Amino acid sequence: MDELNNLFNGFGVALTLPNLGFMLIGIVLGVLIGVLPGLGGANGVAILLPLTFSMNPTSAIIMLSCIYWGALFGGAITSILFNIPGEPWSVATTFDGYPMAQQGRAAQALTTAFTSSFVGAIFAVLLITFLAPLLAKFALKFGPAEFFAVQLLTFCSFVGMSKEPPAKTIAAMMLGFALAAVGMDSVTGQLRMTYGQTELLKGFGFLIAVIGLFGIGEILLTMEEGLAFKGKSARINFKVVWQTWGELIKHWRLFLRSMVVGCWMGITPGGATPASFMSYGMARRMSKSPEEFGKGRIEGVIAPETAAHAAGTAALLPMLTLGIPGSPTAAVLLGGLLIWGLQPGPMLFVEQKEFVWGLIASMYIGNIVGLIVVLTTVPWWAAILRIPFSIIGPVIIVICAIGAYTVNNSMFDVYMMMVFGVLGYLFKKLRYPMAPMVLALVLGDMAESSFRQAMLSSQGSLSIFWSNPLVGSITAFALVMLLWPLWGAAKSLARRLENKGATA
Amino acid sequence: MSEPEVESPTVGSRGPELAVALFLMALATLVIVDSLRVGTGWSDEGPRSGYFPFYIGLALLVSSGWVAVKQLLGWRRDNPGFADHAQLASVWAVLWPSIVYVATITFLGIYVASTLLIAYFMFRHGKHRVLLTAGVAVGTPLAFFLVFERWFLVPLPKGPFEALFGL
Repeated sequence: MDELNNLFNGFGVALTLPNLGFMLIGIVLGVLIGVLPGLGGANGVAILLPLTFSMNPTSAIIMLSCIYWGALFGGAITSILFNIPGEPWSVATTFDGYPMAQQGRAAQALTTAFTSSFVGAIFAVLLITFLAPLLAKFALKFGPAEFFAVQLLTFCSFVGMSKEPPAKTIAAMMLGFALAAVGMDSVTGQLRMTYGQTELLKGFGFLIAVIGLFGIGEILLTMEEGLAFKGKSARINFKVVWQTWGELIKHWRLFLRSMVVGCWMGITPGGATPASFMSYGMARRMSKSPEEFGKGRIEGVIAPETAAHAAGTAALLPMLTLGIPGSPTAAVLLGGLLIWGLQPGPMLFVEQKEFVWGLIASMYIGNIVGLIVVLTTVPWWAAILRIPFSIIGPVIIVICAIGAYTVNNSMFDVYMMMVFGVLGYLFKKLRYPMAPMVLALVLGDMAESSFRQAMLSSQGSLSIFWSNPLVGSITAFALVMLLWPLWGAAKSLARRLENKGATA
Repeated sequence: MSEPEVESPTVGSRGPELAVALFLMALATLVIVDSLRVGTGWSDEGPRSGYFPFYIGLALLVSSGWVAVKQLLGWRRDNPGFADHAQLASVWAVLWPSIVYVATITFLGIYVASTLLIAYFMFRHGKHRVLLTAGVAVGTPLAFFLVFERWFLVPLPKGPFEALFGL
């Protein structure tokens, strides 16, 4: 029971007064970020990351991961009370959450959403507690070829699993890799793709890209939708919470199913958004009265919230053990680890025990703190949403600009943020997925160096990716994911030919 | 396939689609050209700097080229809506002040520029009372000043106005 021992030590790290304080600040900031349009988990963490450079890394990651939990909680408030998904993963929550609020059951819907989120997250944290050390031990055997194969698998799964057109997924991903390659080559020290611009020496910072794509881009989208906040108000009292919990226990099977869906989608880089939709769809299909979904069924809130939180939390598992984040926010946290001088991956569990287990313990406490905070403070958040966009909008633009500037203290980054903002708007409208682009931007250098190391050891022969059963099966699986869309296309082509044959 | 829309106030998406695809193709060309310059082959110490980016550029060129070709082939067939004019106008109403804002930071510093941006927005789009507008527009940057410069000791860009106070 090595894990339990480590975990208790971790609680010792996380349960100090300053760290509890950082947790509380993180949760409150996170809910605020989740509630406000244009600020989400990924860019909220990106904006606050520079402020933590001087903090001790353990406290810093505890605060930043709590921002992430807070944002996951906050998304539910806007979807249920205002029918505005504050975050993409809470879109599915609006389907039944808002009708419930309209029927005057807002408090019940909110309690359900928060509790489901909590249950999903705790399940994923348990998974991390017991699976992460095993995975890390296993990954210690990985060489550069294996690492590149796992990264290949990550990116190929985006192509195979995303709902966006495969060509656009690949284009967005390659754009991320290309931007990551700009600047000084870390192996040879040669400058590339800078075209004589000194600002490009350092390359494109992924934090800038995240703030632009998700922050400014989101503001432009919000503006287009002509947002008017007209919402229901809610006050949660203890009686409602108690009654709702009593009712929720009856749905334990739904919880279990949603948690499994969420964890799976979080570990493979599907992410929280598809997890929530998938879980909602499954709940409706397996329900006895599917036609009542969308009219305020409690199951319609449980399924997406549980899955989204399980996925959002499980996304940290591959980040910690393999150095491969399962979501854009996890990618930003990973970037933070690199900046603090911590190399994510299996060695982290050997060299930085206190850090890893402090973080894992903080996930338990952070989610409990989060649940209490959101249950008690809902009316305030609803009030914040009633502040007109003509005030919130420019303030968010200012926050994004400050966030972009503080990364490197450079104005060039602020200009780039605007460029990324426009690109983010266009990408969103034209259905280019942004998650693979951000992940490629974060992982680009790592993927390149493991690829080059693998090539060095094999003298440039690609056969190294088939050289042993482990790397061979990962590579094969990656190729299957990459070619998956072709299979779908072939099937629909075959069907069309068949139809033609039938009509002729 | 959706019906081609006749005389609607919406802007079709095929123009933006093609423009973004061409933009990505141009970027891909830049990547490939520079990869060839620094060398895509092997040197004595191993792969050269352009070894990896070259293939990335190639993949970007092929995938965005595919999107562009598909757009051109189906050019007459369908043109799903991108956004209508009113929507584009409101996007533009945020975009241009933001661009002006970012440009002003260089000259006036971030605090004065932020005051102007918030004041413009509240006055133009919110039609708030003068007192409230002034309060938020001055108060927000002031709060950021205290948090960043005083508490976290992170210097933000300043201009002639702050210089008056010797900051």
